[in-house]
Amino acid sequence: MDDFEGLSADQVMTLEAYADTIIPGERRGPTDRAVAGAADGGGAVASGAVELMLSPEGGLAGVLDSLAEGLNEHARDYAARTGLDPDPAVPPFVALEFADRVALAQELLGPGHPEQDLWVALAMFSTMAWDTGAHMHTVDAMAAGHPGLTAMGFMPPDPDGVWRFPRFSYGRALAALHPRTTPRGDPQ
Amino acid sequence: MFDRQGSIGRRMWPKSITRESLDPWYDRVAEALPITRGGWDDVTYAGGVFAAACHHAGRTANPVAAAIDTDLCTNCNWMMSGCRFDAKRSLLLNYLPAAVDHGAQIRPLHEVQRIERSADGDFLVHYTVVDPVDYRVRVDAGAIEAKIVVVAAGAAATPVILQRSEQTLGAMPYAVGRYFSGNGERLNTAILDEDRVRDVLGLDRGDGLAYAANQIGRGPSAASWDRLDGSLPEFSRYSLEQLYFPPGFGTILAQAPGAEGPSWFGVEKKEILRRWQSWLTIFIMSEDDNEGVFGPPPSTGNADRISMQMLSRGNLRYEPSANTKHGWALADADIRDILERDGLSRVMPWTNEVIGAYTVHPLASCRMGDDPRTSALDETNELRDHPGIFVTDGSAVPGALTVNPAFTIAAIAERAVPNIVRAAQARGVDVRYLGWLPPAARVSREAPVTSSAGGVPVTVRSV
Repeated sequence: MDDFEGLSADQVMTLEAYADTIIPGERRGPTDRAVAGAADGGGAVASGAVELMLSPEGGLAGVLDSLAEGLNEHARDYAARTGLDPDPAVPPFVALEFADRVALAQELLGPGHPEQDLWVALAMFSTMAWDTGAHMHTVDAMAAGHPGLTAMGFMPPDPDGVWRFPRFSYGRALAALHPRTTPRGDPQ
Repeated sequence: MFDRQGSIGRRMWPKSITRESLDPWYDRVAEALPITRGGWDDVTYAGGVFAAACHHAGRTANPVAAAIDTDLCTNCNWMMSGCRFDAKRSLLLNYLPAAVDHGAQIRPLHEVQRIERSADGDFLVHYTVVDPVDYRVRVDAGAIEAKIVVVAAGAAATPVILQRSEQTLGAMPYAVGRYFSGNGERLNTAILDEDRVRDVLGLDRGDGLAYAANQIGRGPSAASWDRLDGSLPEFSRYSLEQLYFPPGFGTILAQAPGAEGPSWFGVEKKEILRRWQSWLTIFIMSEDDNEGVFGPPPSTGNADRISMQMLSRGNLRYEPSANTKHGWALADADIRDILERDGLSRVMPWTNEVIGAYTVHPLASCRMGDDPRTSALDETNELRDHPGIFVTDGSAVPGALTVNPAFTIAAIAERAVPNIVRAAQARGVDVRYLGWLPPAARVSREAPVTSSAGGVPVTVRSV
């Protein structure tokens, strides 16, 4: 687990466990409790989810502590009503098995949940960490081997940091045109 | 489309607007931007796969017309928030520089909050100035006097400004902030089987790949118009267009086909993201029911800002009606028929469970019409009961168009200009309608922006 200013170690673990539920990844080491190891390759956490959540541009930084506490409160409630006995050594959300984290996330993210907006926002940041690396310039993220962009096969820029694709078209007619196409090329 | 009735039982558009009467205005816009007809050489790999799949399924498909300088375009697909190469022929290269050359002042980062009447019957337009980086921070405020006000803040903001102005201007027409349309928009993601693309469609990029080119392109390049048939019943007509959104916005709502667990996040979502280069996004533009309604305006702007720029929360409610859902279901089935045929791909619509409905072309929230009960503007684009205020953006368009609305919005705005000129003349403004078109520029200009650091002007790129 990394250190993040303004958040306690438990809060960081909790946010990491939530991000890992959204885009799962492999554990960072044998003692990793936040990341459940439910998928191969780096997930949202290794892609910088907590960095993105903390970015001043995102607007969530000021409420992350209460979001982490809220997740743990929901996890305590979930554990109680499903008869689980969570490990007290880690925050309640982290103590949940991956399948239980998913089940709880589905409740929180579902239509009609009174806090759906909050948990969707946190999920969006988790997703974006993985598939955009939005806390970094994309050129830097690519150069650093960003796990998400790499796994997606995102193609790198030219050496000057600009994306150019001179070959982009099959270059031949591939369908009959609509019979009522106007001379300008619009639908009639 | 101009004969649509929607759910109001009468023609939604003013009777003076028909395709024929609007055509001269379309011609002006096409020349000014300029819009050029696309050929197959302009169609990207993504558009090509879609066109070939349409053909394989017995449908037609067309290259789409666009205002793109293809000599400058690098097909980088980052076009959503502008174009650093000036290949996207946006207003930065035609109408805006022409306006500046005729004396217009452009004030970036000025956010109009409300309009009031001055003591002598003119208008006072109140604005705040936001920080160039953090739009949540207000760095200045002021007001501009005007004899005529043209509101063009977009369909998600124009009605909010007018709602907020009610206290000083008096009651707004009933249709201000009602009848919002999302242009019937909806997205599907197809995850292509590269081998089937090669074997069934016979496509090959020439570099050993059949497709794997989701990242390459320039937004939409091919569309299918087989369901744009005026003889079909309302709420069953739509166009299908190949489209692209960058990761983030373009991935979050996509669903894993056949998911046993959650479809838009989790293990199965990560698996389809690994195949992202084989994604093909298909955009539905259909006929919705104008079911959007704006609640009370927030304290500033059109939404409460959460992020510095990206995320905010507004007061628009949109519950898709049975009519809207009917069109979406037809279009979803059509896309599956085209793109799942012979194992070409697996297709899923984007989820509506996360953020409700979505649109990239908001319309109709301050719409034109002949009926004062269901339209906010008369057929000259003037706001009912508030002479001297005109609205010329997408909010004026009465309803969904089943195609990209930008061209029609611009044509309606061009058509409104002689009316605005006449209103200005009536108020003693020395102005004439010349009908000149803006000359085309190749390079966008830089715009002066006031920074929050001591009010020192800084210059930033205007895209």
